[in-house]
Amino acid sequence: MKGKVWKFGDDVDTDIIIPGRYLVLRDEKELAACVMEGCDPDFSKKVKKGDILVAGKNFGCGSSREHAPIAIKAAGISAVVAESFARIFYRNSINIGLPLIESKEISGHISEGDIVDINIDEGILKDLNTSEEFEIKPLPDFMLGIMEEGGLINFLKNHLDEIKDE
Amino acid sequence: MAMTMAEKILAKASGNKESEAGEIIMANIDVAMTHDLTGPLSVESFEKIGLKEVWDPEKIVIVFDHQVPADSIDAAKNHMIMRKFVKEQGIHNFYDVREGVCHQVLPEKGHVVPGEVVVGTDSHTCTHGALGAFATGIGSTDMAMVFATGKLWFKVPETIKFEITGKLQENVFAKDVVLDIIGKIGADGATYKACEFGGETTRNMTISDRMVLCNMAIEMGGKSGLVEPDQKTINYLKGRSTKPYEIMKTDSDALSLETMYVDVNELEPQIACPHNVDNVKPVSEVEGTHIDQVFLGSCTNGRLSDLRTAAKIMKGKEVSKNIRMLVIPASREVYSKAMDEGLLRTFVDSGALVCNPCCGPCLGGHIGLVGPGEVSLSTSNRNFKGRQGSPDAEVYLSSAAVAAASAITGKITDPR
Repeated sequence: MKGKVWKFGDDVDTDIIIPGRYLVLRDEKELAACVMEGCDPDFSKKVKKGDILVAGKNFGCGSSREHAPIAIKAAGISAVVAESFARIFYRNSINIGLPLIESKEISGHISEGDIVDINIDEGILKDLNTSEEFEIKPLPDFMLGIMEEGGLINFLKNHLDEIKDE
Repeated sequence: MAMTMAEKILAKASGNKESEAGEIIMANIDVAMTHDLTGPLSVESFEKIGLKEVWDPEKIVIVFDHQVPADSIDAAKNHMIMRKFVKEQGIHNFYDVREGVCHQVLPEKGHVVPGEVVVGTDSHTCTHGALGAFATGIGSTDMAMVFATGKLWFKVPETIKFEITGKLQENVFAKDVVLDIIGKIGADGATYKACEFGGETTRNMTISDRMVLCNMAIEMGGKSGLVEPDQKTINYLKGRSTKPYEIMKTDSDALSLETMYVDVNELEPQIACPHNVDNVKPVSEVEGTHIDQVFLGSCTNGRLSDLRTAAKIMKGKEVSKNIRMLVIPASREVYSKAMDEGLLRTFVDSGALVCNPCCGPCLGGHIGLVGPGEVSLSTSNRNFKGRQGSPDAEVYLSSAAVAAASAITGKITDPR
């Protein structure tokens, strides 16, 4: 995964990602048109397919609204990299197949506009502008399984009987 | 093995004798709650799985509270989706626009008892831990899995226990205690942890006060809020629930337990300042701050005790001409009792607007929004940028007492 960086700070909450007044919407494209509007009303116009969000600690704190990762994914963002994630947002993202990359090491590094290359298998994120490399925290096996099968709905379709019997 | 309350509840729910923090388990869900705002996405996800019937319609509770009554055609359509789902699936525990905020309605109607696993597509589902259940907020796709299987996977959390001691001064409340804690440990201070509230101060609190503590657990990143059930819990459940329950308590030598001691003897009213819930200051530091709107209500502080506290301060006085005040009882039961006690009369006479039970401005997408540059003082739980309307507005969070005293003066005021 390689993409251009959009940089955000700590505690990016779900009202910044998708404000409450848009939660009546369910269409992915309509949600994508409002993504990150809480801090930059023009963000959805600037972001391009494959771009990557890089943020500080506690990304996605607040609401359980799945509209938040849906809006990010539908806007074409290929991954969110952060020092840490809030837990409901974390689950929701994995469930819909939005890759989240956690790395404490990126703190104070990586600038907006840099190109980063993420290698999930090797657990390395590289900033191609500065050539700096950062170790990324692996997903727990169980969640990796959900990601690899394309999200929780597909995972359920494939394993429904096993889960019901468990 | 010595275990925490959270570990014991999750062990039981997954059919195991023991469970340990860090372990991934598949838990049977006792109560699955969704509402008008996140419900439609849950239904959509459930339909994608391709199943016709939910696992158990009796364990699903649906409450309309975020956009009631519908304020737009889109909201009305969302309500229609949910009513259709309720009918198709034969869900009896359905509360249409008339009943109030989900986190007040569920306990009131006896849907939550100690020792259960409760999930809801709302981050403040942690509120229900006040009755000794393991309750947590989930997303719509997770809810689809619950609808389909009655199960959900969890990583068993570690527990941070807040041992709260001391006597609260007059006009200092549970809200001030929990804001003080959040200010100290930060918005991510309890990420992925079960937040258990204990100590003599918690034991002396009413169930409503304990709900305030648990409600705000998510604002420090907590997975759930919990209070050990006691006689007060049992009394609360009488006449509300006939479900059998099991009381589980944390063993003091549980390995995954971390304790934080909180003394509240000297605590003054606390205010969360814009734009983060952990930006907490004592009221003395922000007294006199200009406000444009006061909101008394929400799943945090819209209960009868909050309305009583506010009415006592406001009786015979008038809301400042420079501001507007919204009073939104958290449920029909609260509304009705507030009417019987004359509290609503006090609010109406003082010039406050009394609205139907709902989430109100807390959602920032229904009623009572604030405009650019305006300042809201709110008894709810979040003050994120844009939370109550314009991203250029500011939101301060407080107890009902601070909100009421401030409504009279038109600026942030110490109620003592």
